[in-house]
Amino acid sequence: MMPPPPLSLLAELTHRCPLQCPYCANPLELLKAGAERDTAFWRAVIEEAAALGVLQVHFSGGEPTLRRDLAELVRHAAQAGLYTNLITSAVLLDEAKLTTLADAGLDHVQVSLQGAVSATADRVAAYAGAHAKKLEVARLVPQLGMALTLNAVVHRQNLEELPAIIELALDLDAGRLEVAHVQYHGWAAANRAALIPDDAMLAKADALVAAKREELQGRLVIDYVLPDLHADLPKACMGGWGSRFVNIAPDGRVLPCHAADSIPGLSFERAGERPLPDIWAFSEAFQKFRGTAWMQEPCSSCALKDVDFGGCRCQALALVGDVTAPDPVCHRSSHHARIRAEALSEAAAPPPEFRFRRM
Amino acid sequence: MSSLPLTAVPRLKPGVRRRFDPARGQNVLLAPERVLMLDDIANAVLEKLDGVTSIGSLCAGLATTYETDLATVEADVLALLDELLSKGMIRT
Repeated sequence: MMPPPPLSLLAELTHRCPLQCPYCANPLELLKAGAERDTAFWRAVIEEAAALGVLQVHFSGGEPTLRRDLAELVRHAAQAGLYTNLITSAVLLDEAKLTTLADAGLDHVQVSLQGAVSATADRVAAYAGAHAKKLEVARLVPQLGMALTLNAVVHRQNLEELPAIIELALDLDAGRLEVAHVQYHGWAAANRAALIPDDAMLAKADALVAAKREELQGRLVIDYVLPDLHADLPKACMGGWGSRFVNIAPDGRVLPCHAADSIPGLSFERAGERPLPDIWAFSEAFQKFRGTAWMQEPCSSCALKDVDFGGCRCQALALVGDVTAPDPVCHRSSHHARIRAEALSEAAAPPPEFRFRRM
Repeated sequence: MSSLPLTAVPRLKPGVRRRFDPARGQNVLLAPERVLMLDDIANAVLEKLDGVTSIGSLCAGLATTYETDLATVEADVLALLDELLSKGMIRT
């Protein structure tokens, strides 16, 4: 049976990035420029994705504005009818480059923030002057007729700045603010003790977001990504494996999720070597955890199995050592109490130094 | 829930687009990190948001076209537009 088509394509054009955020979502083994695919490859991917039923393309990285062909790819996607989103640190953009992208048909720009003030943000990004540059560029986005989202990854070293981050979103005329607690995969897992907040910090942030959502309804959409390790129920990772998202890595491999290559033994086919609809529907990697048939107990008899799909496979593997185990975020996992206690003991100790993301 | 008056003149926010999706055979509204599947009624309302027409005259037009009671149309259209306003997809 053919699965429904994906809604979104995450096009990871490159792993190169001038920033060194210690929670980077890229894998620990970063791909170098030589492994990247050319313009013709990405143009073909965009056409295949649009024909398959993808509606939105997210140009991401690394830092996608390092690609000289970005505007051409945006134009190609816009001409294919796709909604185009640029996920960027913004530090390499200026008014001329942003205007070129707007003219190419870019719909939405998502600018990352590492804090509300330069002292914090530039330290987390390990890039002097990043924060000031981001604000300068972000302000131009709505002025050029595009939607602006600010994306703030929050953790124990910047969570106190959340009220000021919300004020910044209003000041910059962002329509949407994403406040995302760190998800502990890859680089973030390596930096967990330096990043994880305690329960009191988290409760304060939760209350602030709830109040601001109410107050700012109709003015600012606030999406709030909760931290896994403080929770009792897992997230439906990627909205379900092989259900909504298709991710293409800089080297052309097609993944169900940007972290999926942390799962050993899973092989990923390359776009261009097999039609994208076939990879989506029939490849081993996409079929492996699609739906619920792969589950073990207690997931397989759980009333929520079609809601959260057993949570995150990468997290089950990383924390429990079994890729088909329930995500240990779930209170029904036999590992839940131990993992939560470990995480909270890290939050109670002073934070260690960051291990910055480097090639 | 915010509440729009019939005199308001709403339009889609920048970065929000409506299109037909041939893969799923229906109209969709595309916005930052959001995809809304539109039924025929929602689509008929949204295609009339031109930044010139007020909600009141839009409803009068729909009531005539579909030979429906105006009060019912107004209630349904306001409910839809209030929802889209709170989701940040339209502005006045």
